[in-house]
Amino acid sequence: MSALLARLVANRLFWPIVMLLVLFTINLVAFPGFFAVTLRDGHLFGSLIDILRNGAPTLIIAVGMTLVIATRGIDLSVGAVAAISGAVACSIILGSPEPANPATVAVAVTVALLISLVLGMWNGFLVAVLGIQPIIATLILMTAGRGVAMLITEGQILTVNSPPFKALGSGFWFGVPIAVIIAAVVFGVAALVTRRTALGMFIESVGINPEASRQAGVRARGLLFVVYTFSAFCAAIAGLILTANTAAADANNTGLFIELDAILAVVIGGTSLAGGRYSLVGTLVGALVIQTLVTTVYTVGIPPIATMVFKAAVVTIVCLLQSPTTNEALSGFRRRLALRAGKGVAAS
Amino acid sequence: MTQASVAVPVIEMRGISITFPGVKALDGVDFRMFPGEVHSLMGENGAGKSTLIKALTGVYGIDAGTITLAGEQVSFSGPAQAQASGISTVYQEVNLLPNLSVAENIMLGREPRRFGSIDWRAMRRRSTELLAGLNLDLDPGSLLGDHSLAVQQLVAIARAIDVQAKVLILDEPTSSLDADEVAELFRVIRSLKEQGVAILFVSHFLDQVYEICDRLTVLRNGKLVGEYLVEELLRIDLVQKMIGKELTALDDLEQRARSVVVDESDAATFVQATKLGRRGAVHPADLPIAAGEVVGLAGLLGSGRTEFARLLGGIDRADTGELVIRGKATKLRTPRQAISHRIAFSSENRRDEGVVGDLTVRDNIVLALQADRGWFRPIPAKRRDELTQSYIQALNIRPGNPDALVRNLSGGNQQKVLLARWLAIAPRLLILDEPTRGIDIGAKAEIQKLVFNLAENGMSVLFISAELEEVLRLSHRIVVLRDRHVVADLENEGLTVDSLLALIAEGSNDDDDPDASVAVAVGALGANDPVAASDPDPTTTDSTGGSR
Repeated sequence: MSALLARLVANRLFWPIVMLLVLFTINLVAFPGFFAVTLRDGHLFGSLIDILRNGAPTLIIAVGMTLVIATRGIDLSVGAVAAISGAVACSIILGSPEPANPATVAVAVTVALLISLVLGMWNGFLVAVLGIQPIIATLILMTAGRGVAMLITEGQILTVNSPPFKALGSGFWFGVPIAVIIAAVVFGVAALVTRRTALGMFIESVGINPEASRQAGVRARGLLFVVYTFSAFCAAIAGLILTANTAAADANNTGLFIELDAILAVVIGGTSLAGGRYSLVGTLVGALVIQTLVTTVYTVGIPPIATMVFKAAVVTIVCLLQSPTTNEALSGFRRRLALRAGKGVAAS
Repeated sequence: MTQASVAVPVIEMRGISITFPGVKALDGVDFRMFPGEVHSLMGENGAGKSTLIKALTGVYGIDAGTITLAGEQVSFSGPAQAQASGISTVYQEVNLLPNLSVAENIMLGREPRRFGSIDWRAMRRRSTELLAGLNLDLDPGSLLGDHSLAVQQLVAIARAIDVQAKVLILDEPTSSLDADEVAELFRVIRSLKEQGVAILFVSHFLDQVYEICDRLTVLRNGKLVGEYLVEELLRIDLVQKMIGKELTALDDLEQRARSVVVDESDAATFVQATKLGRRGAVHPADLPIAAGEVVGLAGLLGSGRTEFARLLGGIDRADTGELVIRGKATKLRTPRQAISHRIAFSSENRRDEGVVGDLTVRDNIVLALQADRGWFRPIPAKRRDELTQSYIQALNIRPGNPDALVRNLSGGNQQKVLLARWLAIAPRLLILDEPTRGIDIGAKAEIQKLVFNLAENGMSVLFISAELEEVLRLSHRIVVLRDRHVVADLENEGLTVDSLLALIAEGSNDDDDPDASVAVAVGALGANDPVAASDPDPTTTDSTGGSR
């Protein structure tokens, strides 16, 4: 029994999941109806559904970020890419004579996603071909990207009136929020493609030891291209959901600081910023922890001024629980406890 | 019992036991060291040498037993505390910071300070003194990473002796040093010994152990075999104590290697390097390798032997010449291309260029094969498991758990995993750069035997080793490099360690036609002693090499 427990604790998902459960419990105490999910007008409603729906953009970006981080990289440009894709989609819809036509929306979404692929390849080019450090390479697009979005929107907040587009953010499909379905598909595809093919192994291998991977014949350059392109693609999807949710493209605020949340989700999920082994499931838990945190702030009634501090405290706790140093100290403590218990048994 | 000797041991460990999950790494081991003595810890990989050192230096806590330092019982909570008490360690793999200067590396963590900030001038002065003490002509301000591995190792030693050490532990300090540098190191060791420092010298090179050590302790499977005075223990007895059985396998191998002669007319030349060279690395040279042939590359560290092999393996790009692979001229641009031609290069730098530490044994073994197939055509899980299992068994990889992370394996087993990776792609030419460095005698014999069997089955092997006995034992042909030139290409008939050493160390490199001098050299080699009988002393090597 205790062996099983030890293995559970050693699992890198243990503490993030404990954190999530603790947050759930706090919410439940503050708001007894927290776990209630009801069907209203054929749509699922409830706090848990809200968490999933509002957390979808962060999760989608974090999935792409996980793979980038696993290769020892980082992508700071995701927020800007999200803003660009929202701006592109909205300006196309606004410019069309029939904004409510699903075909118009399909064209807008497709163009936005294609542009994100180009942006991702730009990042990939800087990192893989020119060998610029990822944090600098993506910083370029992070700052320049907002400017590009601004040019597209001509400095305006573009408000669109297009029900099919709005559905991306706030619609339902078989009672489930469409944003959640999109996130599930992105997550599922990423997990399947990296684990069913050898892509995941190559990503980890390049992240752990790039030179050994090169000598083993792994094409690191192509791999980095793929990973950064995928990250930008994820960012664009998230940007469309965010924009659709408010039915407005705001070059300055869409996806602002979302890169930090995404990186945080990856780290809480147990993927090291030093690259190497990654866990998409961990990232999922991490994204849920972050979103639940935001919800908790509202349910518990923490004043908005203290929100950031509260968030920082929780993140600090999770990071402490995951750090090797703390774990060593904890296991030493447990060993001493066990020893004392053992002696007690012997004495009696 | 402790009255046996008059001197008081500076270190005394008694009944040390350490248990790892599932393994008893040390089982009631006694160990002691006297001041002013060079002591060697001998044993195969997994015998418990590293564990004992880590117990002594506070890296591992001990489960049972006592450690006494200069008469006082101690218990270190970490290496820093051990170092403060006068126990300094230089580990096998250089653990320094290549992006800092030599001086910063030497003084790291104990920089001289003035008014609270680092006193750069004092730091420079102190490190210059230390380097001068080691007879190293090195700019303390230069970046550590710009120097060869050997120099980095010496810097690590300079760092260790800067502390007022009572006990200096050198874990495989010579594995990346050439004969000159070993002689340098030994000079330093002797002078430290005169100052009364107890030195623990761990090495797989028996010659070096016999040259420098006074006393040795043998471990086997985590247990103490015994403590002996070096002068009273014959080498053959030592080897038997280490492996616990008679070692005749190597002799058999040698007999077979000698009896098989590659039939030149029959074996087609698999790969032919023509005028292959790279500026600053190795001068253009030709090298034909026949199918089923084992070609040994001999030369000092820095002679260009590794650099030449890297060109053949596509690791570095050649700027002159080309490779003719089965009659077709090719220029290799990447290791990937070499692999597609079934040329595998196994690096001497196992940790940085070989294994992927945080991946499992299974992933490491299939990595190259999978990379060759591309990411979208994964090797089926069943096939992957079969492959892994068969190599774990064939190469006797321990622990035999395909899911174990490679970084938790011993050096010898990591090397075997690396070998398995390359064998999995069914190479036609396998380039092995120092495959037996820093691994124990048992694993060494297994790897040598494997090389031999592979060649018998038609695989070409290019074999690099600093141990000339090994090169002589395995190779059909031996190519000698000196100062980045190929200076000799000889059939391995009638060659001895001494004659090879003469070629490697020969001073002149000013003649236009190196082949001419080779012819003379070969003519001069009449000796026909069996290799095992001759006993090359590193000191003879450096006395000739030093005259350069």
